[in-house]
Amino acid sequence: MKVTFTVNGAAVSADVTPRMTLADCLRHELHLTGTHIGCEHGVCGACTVIVNGDAVRGCLMLAVQAQGASVTTVEGLSLEEGLTPLQEAFKHHHALQCGFCTPGMLTTLHALLSEEPDASEERIRDVISGNICRCTGYVPIIEAALDARASYQQARGDK
Amino acid sequence: MKLPHFEYEAPGTLDEAIALLVAGDGMARPIAGGQSFVPVMAFRLAEPSMLVDLRNIPGLNKIEIGAEGVRLGAMVRWRDILDHAGLKTALALLPEAIEHVAHYQIRNRGTVGGSLAHADPAAEMPTIALTCDAVIDVVGAKGKRSIRAGDLFIGPLMTSLESDEIIVSVLLPAWPATRRWGFQEFSRRRGDFALAGVAAFYDVDASGLAQNAHIGAISVGDTPLRLTKAEAVLNGRKIDDATIADATAAASAEVDPNGDIHASARYRKALVGTLLSRALNAAANRKA
Repeated sequence: MKVTFTVNGAAVSADVTPRMTLADCLRHELHLTGTHIGCEHGVCGACTVIVNGDAVRGCLMLAVQAQGASVTTVEGLSLEEGLTPLQEAFKHHHALQCGFCTPGMLTTLHALLSEEPDASEERIRDVISGNICRCTGYVPIIEAALDARASYQQARGDK
Repeated sequence: MKLPHFEYEAPGTLDEAIALLVAGDGMARPIAGGQSFVPVMAFRLAEPSMLVDLRNIPGLNKIEIGAEGVRLGAMVRWRDILDHAGLKTALALLPEAIEHVAHYQIRNRGTVGGSLAHADPAAEMPTIALTCDAVIDVVGAKGKRSIRAGDLFIGPLMTSLESDEIIVSVLLPAWPATRRWGFQEFSRRRGDFALAGVAAFYDVDASGLAQNAHIGAISVGDTPLRLTKAEAVLNGRKIDDATIADATAAASAEVDPNGDIHASARYRKALVGTLLSRALNAAANRKA
């Protein structure tokens, strides 16, 4: 089946079997390998992408269900050369080691902070409870997210 | 694991969706948010010939609060419930319970109708529907019908729905503003399926005694359960420490859960009592 949607602002189309997940479509058809696949049943969060503004599990959505949608992957968080403030905060706080979970952490936190720039530490902990990291112990990830809030508050128009 | 092969359609009307299900002769399945059914397929617990996606059918995602109660469209997502300010007063038990559903990303796609049709005894929505005496409206090849929640859930992941029937909405009857309620569940990690959970409410009559007690339990049976013996303990009594202790003992005694690698049967029996005790304390201490 042909499916047409936008990824990181660009119109794309792919010819997929209905059983192909959005995550597999992004990786194998569109060659956007930043989206990682861990558990393939909605537990680990590595495949998180942003669909029409909402963070979703890329392995629990079919590519054909993305017809007409606007999808943002980790590659699309920054269309510039440099890192986003959230990515800079991850670097600064050593919020990654092996990096496998990082794309899902970044997309999840980007979706959250875009919508809730004032998210509390408790809220951030709750939200990333759906993303498994086996290296960092989460504390640096939470510190990075708390730090990055300022840039999202600024983007909202706060002084 | 990669999903099995299936055909896929996303019709624009309920009539077309039902026609596709009829043509599928029991092997076609509706899909809503897919947050339970995609894993079910990944684990090969189901290998449908066709998925009939309900996403293009208009009118299924409404939340309506009226005199008869709260009506949730089948495609209402968990986050729609959590974002809805009116529900926090109209039916406070609902958002409190839904906060416990899985994780952030799943709450962005998972739906009310999907959860009811999936009928997982460890999930929140089926138990809330059962506890609140909800009525589920469905439509199929033979027309519309309304199913009481108690008649919908017949086994683990099993409902009384026909293979051509689609859930359209669920009505949770209206709540008096003075109703007392509590919701408690326990899981090893945030967002995991509950090892056990309890939803409870009761009304208080003019002499300060509990009436109309409703207690539902999560994850301690093949279906969502009502704890009728514990309810009987509450009715006609003042909700104090002695009553709560009696209800707790009744609840633990009346459930017969299975043990598994996550928790033994004995542990789950005890846990139901503990959670009911916490829920009733929350209810009793809540300002009406």
